[in-house]
Amino acid sequence: MISLVPLVVLLPLIGAAAALLSSRRPILQRGITVVVLAAVAVIGIVLLISVDTGETLVMQVGGWPAPFGVSLVVDRLSALMVSISAIVLLAVLIFAIGQGLADGDQETPVSIYHPAYLVLAAGVFNAFIAGDLFNLYVGFEILLVASYVLLTLGGTEPRIRAGTTYIVVSLLSSLLFLAAIAMLYASTGTVNIAQLSERIGDLPAQVQTLLHVMLLVAFGIKAAVFPLSFWLPDSYPTAPAPVTAVFAGLLTKVGVYAIIRTETILFPSPELNNALLIVALLTMVVGILGAIAQADIKRMLSFTLVSHIGYMVLGVGLGTAAGVAAAIFYTVHHIVVQTTLFLATGLIERRGGTTSINSLGGLLKASPIVGVLYFIPALNLGGIPPFSGFLGKLGLLEAAAEVGTPLAYVLIGAAAVVSLFTLYPLARTWNLAFWRPRSEVDNYESMITVELHDDPWAGRASGAVTGSTTATRSLSGWMVGATTAMVAVSVGITVLAGPLYALSTRAGADLQGTERYVSSVLGPKSAESRLGPDGELADDPSNVPAEEVAP
Amino acid sequence: MTVSLALLIPMAVLYACGVYLLLEKSMTRVILGFLLIGNATNILLLITAGRPGSAPITDGGSEEPYSDPLPQALILTAIVITFAVSAFLMALVYRSWKLAREDQLEPDAEDLAISTRAGARAETPEGADEDTDFQSDDPLDSSDLDPVLQGAGRQDEGRSATESAAQADADASAESGAEGPKP
Repeated sequence: MISLVPLVVLLPLIGAAAALLSSRRPILQRGITVVVLAAVAVIGIVLLISVDTGETLVMQVGGWPAPFGVSLVVDRLSALMVSISAIVLLAVLIFAIGQGLADGDQETPVSIYHPAYLVLAAGVFNAFIAGDLFNLYVGFEILLVASYVLLTLGGTEPRIRAGTTYIVVSLLSSLLFLAAIAMLYASTGTVNIAQLSERIGDLPAQVQTLLHVMLLVAFGIKAAVFPLSFWLPDSYPTAPAPVTAVFAGLLTKVGVYAIIRTETILFPSPELNNALLIVALLTMVVGILGAIAQADIKRMLSFTLVSHIGYMVLGVGLGTAAGVAAAIFYTVHHIVVQTTLFLATGLIERRGGTTSINSLGGLLKASPIVGVLYFIPALNLGGIPPFSGFLGKLGLLEAAAEVGTPLAYVLIGAAAVVSLFTLYPLARTWNLAFWRPRSEVDNYESMITVELHDDPWAGRASGAVTGSTTATRSLSGWMVGATTAMVAVSVGITVLAGPLYALSTRAGADLQGTERYVSSVLGPKSAESRLGPDGELADDPSNVPAEEVAP
Repeated sequence: MTVSLALLIPMAVLYACGVYLLLEKSMTRVILGFLLIGNATNILLLITAGRPGSAPITDGGSEEPYSDPLPQALILTAIVITFAVSAFLMALVYRSWKLAREDQLEPDAEDLAISTRAGARAETPEGADEDTDFQSDDPLDSSDLDPVLQGAGRQDEGRSATESAAQADADASAESGAEGPKP
């Protein structure tokens, strides 16, 4: 079982190399990418089942014992995130392949898309299983560099412009993270997360606060938490639909994951919890107000993405096991739903020729399937009762009510209101794009042309839209199939919400108190004062030396 | 932990210059700023290795203090990453220059939208309803995008950022007069 752990990162990296070498044989390349991601999804689920028995899998890379070597740690949270990410990556990949087949591969230069996509996957997985702060940094860099390539695919001017913002902001956050690692190392003499967790408590309070804030700012930029979120709606919507979908679903969640780890393992003290709650409040409110002002569906969804990051930060900021558990459940739910909505938007764009709700209309009649595929995740995101969005929000609000401070009650109110406000832009999109008859749109022909001309993102290579005649393209079965599969997964999360929420609760309970994590990684010996029966894996002599994942 | 001033002062200077350059509009300067900050961070990592002057490698038997090898490994990794990203950034800027014939970053679309919206608000009577929000959402006028979309390199350098903003402003106010009815 332990030997499966490094495969989660190695398979995508090897697959990326193979995909790059086979760039002249598109079918082979697609096959490699699909097989690799499917394999990782299976491994992720196997790991999840195996760690759910209570043991934490720790792989000491190269056979070096814990504080010296690089540790790869898979606990319930990591395994859950790896599994759900792999499933989402696979579905989006199938969508992208379908789009490529339908378009004759003009829009996505296929030779670089698949390797970059796999490298992105490797970075995401590496970040999720890193037991070492520097390895987390490397994971972030792997996924960011791949995301730079994917975001600027094709090199059209809007993408270059959006990519520049994204890259400069990401670089700054990476350098901040690196500086924080340097300072942590200077003050504690280690970069191993478990050992850091033991030693940080001995530092002077001011130093702790400084390091804590530096890490949170670095992760906050990546997670697009409010004062640091302005790059996101500018950069995501310009990319091709599948790229935006995977970015929106996964990249910010890696930042959220890092924030969860920071708050639970590295700095379990509650000193910044109130600050996090205020930031969560502002993220929710400002994000959703931005979404209401948008005409373009992709931009609107990017703003709702920012807004809903606030919910996850809310759960983390509560600082209780219930809060973290709810945040984990909400993260899983949001990865799936946000990705599905962006995929559905990709379908809308193909059927309607645009993503501006000013010029869309009559889509329900034109393609009811797209309507269904948009409607279900939209209700889910808005938190309509039977769906997982409602359950996640309910869990968050219950956790907040348990905390019971005045600030927590303010957040409960804000979360409920923001949930309603989320429904507004989603329902408006539904009304205008799906319910409004096509003929009504044509009455506004002059305005449509105005809109199209000054839509900053309208210059995408695909959108050959002139006047009211929109260049609609047929939907490929693969695209519809992939989106349907994602909708099915999101419904599946709703149906299986009970077990999944129980799993999230166990994952949250794991993160309560650092002893478990520390004794798993460092072994029970270094943690004398603790009873750590589950730490024996750390010294398992059967550890297979594997390649170092750091470049 | 003792820190060598010879490392600390260059680090501070590099950070200061890097941040200054990063705030410039010219992309070339942004790259230079990024390189400076990257190197400043590398020096910061080097400082964490502790007092300078100890032996880099010992045979394990000697009692002498030796310098910490881990920060050097971290620096190497960081240098490789910075190098790769800088190469990508340069390619990006070159591409941007080929497309726009400008080293300056285009004014941000959202900023323009907000400025035009504010201008439109000031000039239109209060009767304009909130639907205006997603009417005036698209700020770049066609003159901004057309040369690029048609693949024609823009040779004239006359259009500065402020001019285009002013032009967008004028366009928007002209539009807002015409856009009476709403869907």
